[in-house]
Amino acid sequence: MATATLPPLTKKDFQTDQEVRWCPGCGDYAILSAVQSVFPELGIPKEKFVVVSGIGCSSRFPYYINTYGFHTIHGRAPAVATGLKLLRPDLEVWIATGDGDALSIGGNHTIHMLRRNVGLKVLLFNNKIYGLTKGQYSPTSEFGKKTKSTPFGSADRPFNPISLAIGSEATFVARSVDVFQSHLRDTLKQAAAHKGAAFVEILQNCNIFNDGAWFDLTEKDARSEHVIQLEHGKPLIYGKNRDKGIRLKGFDLELVQLGNGVTESDLLVHDAHHPRAAYAFLLAHMEHRPGFPTPIGVLRSWDELPRYEDAANAQITAVIAKRGKGDLGELLRAGDTWVVK
Amino acid sequence: MSTLTGVGEPSSSNRKREVLDRAVIRFCGDSGDGMQITGNQFTNTVALYGNDLATFPDYPAEIRAPAGTLPGVSGFQLQFSSGQVFTAGDSVDALVAMNPAALKMNVADLRPNGILIVNSDSFTENDLRKAQCKSNPLEDHSLDAFRLFPVALEKLTRLALQELGLDAKTMDRCKNFFALGMCNWLYNRPMDSTFRWLDDKFKNKPLLSEANKLAMKAGYSYCEATEAFQISYEIPPAKLSPGTYRNLSGNQALAIGFVTAAQKAGLTLFQGSYPITPASDILHELSQYKNFGVMTFQAEDEIAAITSAIGASYAGALAITTTSGPGMALKTEALGLAVAVELPLVICDIQRGGPSTGLPTKTEQADLLQALFGRNSEAPIPVIAASTPGDCFWVAVEACRIALKYMVPVIILSDGYLANGAEPWRIPELSEIPDFPVTFVTDPVGYQPYKRDPVTLARPWALPGTPGLEHRLGGLEKQDGSGNINYEPLNHEKMTHLRAAKVQAVAQEIPDVVPVGDPEGDLLIVAWGSTYGPITAALNAQRAAGKKIGHVHLRYLNPLPNNLGEVIGRYHRVLVPEMNMGQLLWVLRAKYLVDAIGYNKIQGRPFKQSEIEAKIEEVLAQ
Repeated sequence: MATATLPPLTKKDFQTDQEVRWCPGCGDYAILSAVQSVFPELGIPKEKFVVVSGIGCSSRFPYYINTYGFHTIHGRAPAVATGLKLLRPDLEVWIATGDGDALSIGGNHTIHMLRRNVGLKVLLFNNKIYGLTKGQYSPTSEFGKKTKSTPFGSADRPFNPISLAIGSEATFVARSVDVFQSHLRDTLKQAAAHKGAAFVEILQNCNIFNDGAWFDLTEKDARSEHVIQLEHGKPLIYGKNRDKGIRLKGFDLELVQLGNGVTESDLLVHDAHHPRAAYAFLLAHMEHRPGFPTPIGVLRSWDELPRYEDAANAQITAVIAKRGKGDLGELLRAGDTWVVK
Repeated sequence: MSTLTGVGEPSSSNRKREVLDRAVIRFCGDSGDGMQITGNQFTNTVALYGNDLATFPDYPAEIRAPAGTLPGVSGFQLQFSSGQVFTAGDSVDALVAMNPAALKMNVADLRPNGILIVNSDSFTENDLRKAQCKSNPLEDHSLDAFRLFPVALEKLTRLALQELGLDAKTMDRCKNFFALGMCNWLYNRPMDSTFRWLDDKFKNKPLLSEANKLAMKAGYSYCEATEAFQISYEIPPAKLSPGTYRNLSGNQALAIGFVTAAQKAGLTLFQGSYPITPASDILHELSQYKNFGVMTFQAEDEIAAITSAIGASYAGALAITTTSGPGMALKTEALGLAVAVELPLVICDIQRGGPSTGLPTKTEQADLLQALFGRNSEAPIPVIAASTPGDCFWVAVEACRIALKYMVPVIILSDGYLANGAEPWRIPELSEIPDFPVTFVTDPVGYQPYKRDPVTLARPWALPGTPGLEHRLGGLEKQDGSGNINYEPLNHEKMTHLRAAKVQAVAQEIPDVVPVGDPEGDLLIVAWGSTYGPITAALNAQRAAGKKIGHVHLRYLNPLPNNLGEVIGRYHRVLVPEMNMGQLLWVLRAKYLVDAIGYNKIQGRPFKQSEIEAKIEEVLAQ
């Protein structure tokens, strides 16, 4: 009842007095601003938020947002957050991570946290480069990427983060872009509303070591021509003149030009709640195909699985209900005993 | 058969019965022969009878190496006595060998004129070839020094079970219980505790329970009916301190110790762990205790095991992680995080032979320096070690108490010998263990994440979800007090000193060491961990022979007890026996500038009492 009398939270409540130490012009500022705008709108008391991070530029995030925060070690944020969530399912725990942190050194924890469906929100800042170590290629850098550690070009094929998340059976998978502020805020709100693990890839510009990595999607006109915005229940349509679309052909997707007998009703209607991950995987792979647009928005939002922390705690409750609360004296005396007089 | 209904009654035969003060028995066979179960059952029987005892299970890393081969041999040794027992025994009085490979690997430890029971059904040409025997030891007189009893275990077991309608394979799997029944007769022990165990284990398969019971009874009556054994033995109960006892292994003791500590602290117990030999049993044990509110988490790897525990500690749990040496190596970076964020955490390292994968099922104590120093930069952590299986319980409680009081990670060192070995354990009254309740800070007035308690230097524990205490923790260097990121040179030096002083502060409540044996004299033995048993046995024997020797067995390895240097100075020589290349020796020489002598055994096996005694004599003769 007391909370009802408190003034509503504002963005200012989530700002800290700490000096923000990202490079001027970094895409991380836009993400921080979006998160600080969304948190007060969620109706959750400030002290219930915990932001957990690993190592990297993105992982400095907890210092700059006035909630509980834990800046852990490289790649391990999902594991720390899993322990936290198991004990405190009531907390709203968000992870700030990057392409190196989540997909390289912490890849193992990322996939296992997703398969377990821990009720965490993961913000993966993808700038396709190692920033804090000053410019080595990352697991999302394109093949042939020339960097300080690959002067003749990388020989690695990159991960597609949303494919990886879908392949890990994540129940919520979305993508947004640092500079698409309203889309980003809307995507974060949808992630917040998801009970299970929510994975959000945020395409982010590193203007120092990989400037323009996403310009093909974010520059003037590119957004409408190279990006398709997925919305549940709406047809897959894009283009400056909204004259291009995606339709289903057998088990595959087909790029079509509207007109000449092809109408909106022929197009695939996005079903984010489809129970099978194969559909979302097909969408995630569009961008690897010549001519196809890059999807943003919520690819998959299927919230039917129990959260890991709920299942684990329910087991404890069930065993207590069945066996009664443990008696320590009995535990110490368990099994065969004998008395020495 | 009527004599068997009165299980627990003395044998009705008129054969001679000899009273002994102690006996050492070893069961050995193929990994699939159930030797660990057989040994554990016999252990339970003698424990319930009131003997003091110590066990040494010794099994291969392979789950089932090819049957009948030398690498597949598994053994279980037990010493039981009417007096005090400190080791599983140097030499064996009675050896049960299920096949030629087991015989070959173990017979060297059997004392002259010792009892040797062998399964004669497994000495075919094929069996002998697999064991690389050039001739049949049952026929070539190589066993003439022993009292050899070849018994057709398979034939006799099948005969005993013929009415049950089981297949041959199932019947053969009961032969270890036939052998066990023979041992029960040999040492005049009742079979009822094993019957109870069988009924419980096979509660859904009563036929298997019946088969094993029949096999065991048949083994017992075989001894009763045949004239094979002219003598049986009686080992009267030991005079242990009064109390209620149970038989307990080191890993079980750790598990119930942690549950106890959580209750004494009023916290939820969280265990993050990844399966690894010989630590996995702690996870198996704790995962059964959900009705105590215990949350166990089998993580995706060793790193997630410790970092999830750090997350749980951040959430306000009593958090532990359990592993062995290779897992410790993987956890080191996270240990540094726990040091930096000053959260309570207990890490168990159940040591095994190394380096790398090494000897997964064999014991060693070569992780001491890793526990003390195995982290980047200056990252001191309190380290305590258990000395016996039962002591693991007390060490678990103590480690949790220190971790919570000082807001530090604490490392527990145990080893494979303690983990799997068992001894009678006096069950404490709950009132013997003081409560150590934890206070979480809730008042935002004057709150600072790194404000310190003047005595313990602990920082306040503020849980996420507490209004007004929002703060950030992390691995970056922090300003003392505020906890804000701070890279200033003098602040870093101050924080480094504070973290060290906090660990050193634990020494203020470590009891002074009091040497066992002579308080001053010719020789002080300083040791730690599972060497306690053989050293104590050797010390008693050597002092009885008139030597002036003291023994300090260290529980606290970091910080060391305040008076240790002074105690060391009271003796002419210092001997440090360790199952490593001299790690405590290195610490003592560095810290106390003492010319201590190392005695090192790195064979994956515990010291024998005789080995320590010989070393004592050698050192004193110098």
